[in-house]
Amino acid sequence: MLRVGSVCEAGKSRLNKTGDWRTLRPQVTDKCNGCGICELFCPDSCIVLENKKAVIDYDYCKGCGICANECPKQAIEMEEERN
Amino acid sequence: MSVSVMEGSMAVAEAIKVCRPKVISAFPISPQTHIVEELSKMVADGQLDAKYIRVDSEFSAASAVYGSSATGVRSYTASSSQGLLLMIEVLYAMAGTRLPVVLTGVNRTVSAPITIQPDHQDTMALRDTGVIQLHVENSQEAYATHIQAFKLAEDHDILLPVMVCMDGWILTHSYEPIKLEDQKLVDSFLPNFVPKYRLDPKNPLTYGAYADEQVQEFRLMQHFAMERAKSKIEVIANDYQKIFDQYYGGLIDEYKCDDAEVVLVAMGSVIGTFKDAVDTLRTEGVKVGIVKVRSYRPFPGEKIAQAVKNARVVAVMDKSMSVGQGGPLATDVKSAFANKEAPPVLSCIAGMGGRDVTIETVRKMVTKAQLALKTGKIPDIEYTDFRPEYLED
Ligand code: SF4
Ligand code: SF4
Repeated sequence: MLRVGSVCEAGKSRLNKTGDWRTLRPQVTDKCNGCGICELFCPDSCIVLENKKAVIDYDYCKGCGICANECPKQAIEMEEERN
Repeated sequence: MSVSVMEGSMAVAEAIKVCRPKVISAFPISPQTHIVEELSKMVADGQLDAKYIRVDSEFSAASAVYGSSATGVRSYTASSSQGLLLMIEVLYAMAGTRLPVVLTGVNRTVSAPITIQPDHQDTMALRDTGVIQLHVENSQEAYATHIQAFKLAEDHDILLPVMVCMDGWILTHSYEPIKLEDQKLVDSFLPNFVPKYRLDPKNPLTYGAYADEQVQEFRLMQHFAMERAKSKIEVIANDYQKIFDQYYGGLIDEYKCDDAEVVLVAMGSVIGTFKDAVDTLRTEGVKVGIVKVRSYRPFPGEKIAQAVKNARVVAVMDKSMSVGQGGPLATDVKSAFANKEAPPVLSCIAGMGGRDVTIETVRKMVTKAQLALKTGKIPDIEYTDFRPEYLED
């Protein structure tokens, strides 16, 4: 049964792995000090901090580069996606 | 209850105030400006406990109330002309997501050529968005209809945005005595908004989900809600009458139709002029009546057919044009009459770009309708008050 307004349970956006249309790939380098700013800015919520370092979930990262732009340490480099 | 003389825009602002919206977002554009200016003042003065979100465009205004309505609070916006056009993308999404936002569509011509004068071209462009459209005849009806609009939109059988359409300047900027209702009575008519779903971080939901396979069914669900709105609009108008002792029609309103040979069909502020014209024509022995179309979407085809069943000819006045087809209201009336026993329909275009519709204009329409009856020839479109001298050779 379809719900009014196509409202449905949370988590449905995980079904589409939106990472596959990425043309640029953010790479976290050693300069990362784990401040967490990129985690807050990522519009796809695909950055988490693990052991004080930003870790990107490439299944959903669309390669917008906002994280690289916002990182105060310039610790994220955008590279051409080769995969 | 109190009566004060005020501008039509103020009457709308007063109506919105007693509906207690929690979020208002708008971008000013003539002739909608006074409504939202007054509302922002009410919020700033602490007379209205709402969040007023200032935005950079009508697209943002519609988006802001889309979001606030999704969180489950009563939300309002208003616009005109190009501003309404800029909202269209969001309005489709709003209707598709079934968010019961109420907006005022202050009717104004669309560019080009640019003008700020009123006609119905702007809200006609929103015809297929899934937004309910109610047209009003005067400022008191605008007051009543905004209060009714929230009740209609928020009904769980409906859950669609509702736009109250009112002619810019003619209504928004003219002064009339307005009956303002007591807050308590309005509260009893319009209880708090209870959302069916709402955005809540503790209980997350997906809004704006992707679908291919089910699009047709989602669109149909909107259509069925529109169909249900037909009876709901009438019930709400009757309930309003019971509490506030005022009635402006449900889906339509009829004026002297019973014995009328010629029935005029129109929407909005021209109805006042039409009534005067009909009164005059009747003293001259011409049997004329009026069907005022109050609800344009959902379109009350059956009701109109019923109201004109004794008429010999119907003249529909449009204040806008679907270029390449003709008057949208006339087209809808014709489609409602197709395959039924119904009188012939004369489509009249008048009043575009704010050109005055006078008693003389109405007289011309009636004469043309009578002529069509006599000759048995109905022109495709009758351009009333058309000025051929303006045309390029
Ligand atoms: S903003 Fe830069 S330094 Fe901070 S966590 Fe992200 S990558 Fe690391
Ligand atoms: S590139 Fe964009 S989507 Fe990918 S991690 Fe950075 S901010 Fe997120």
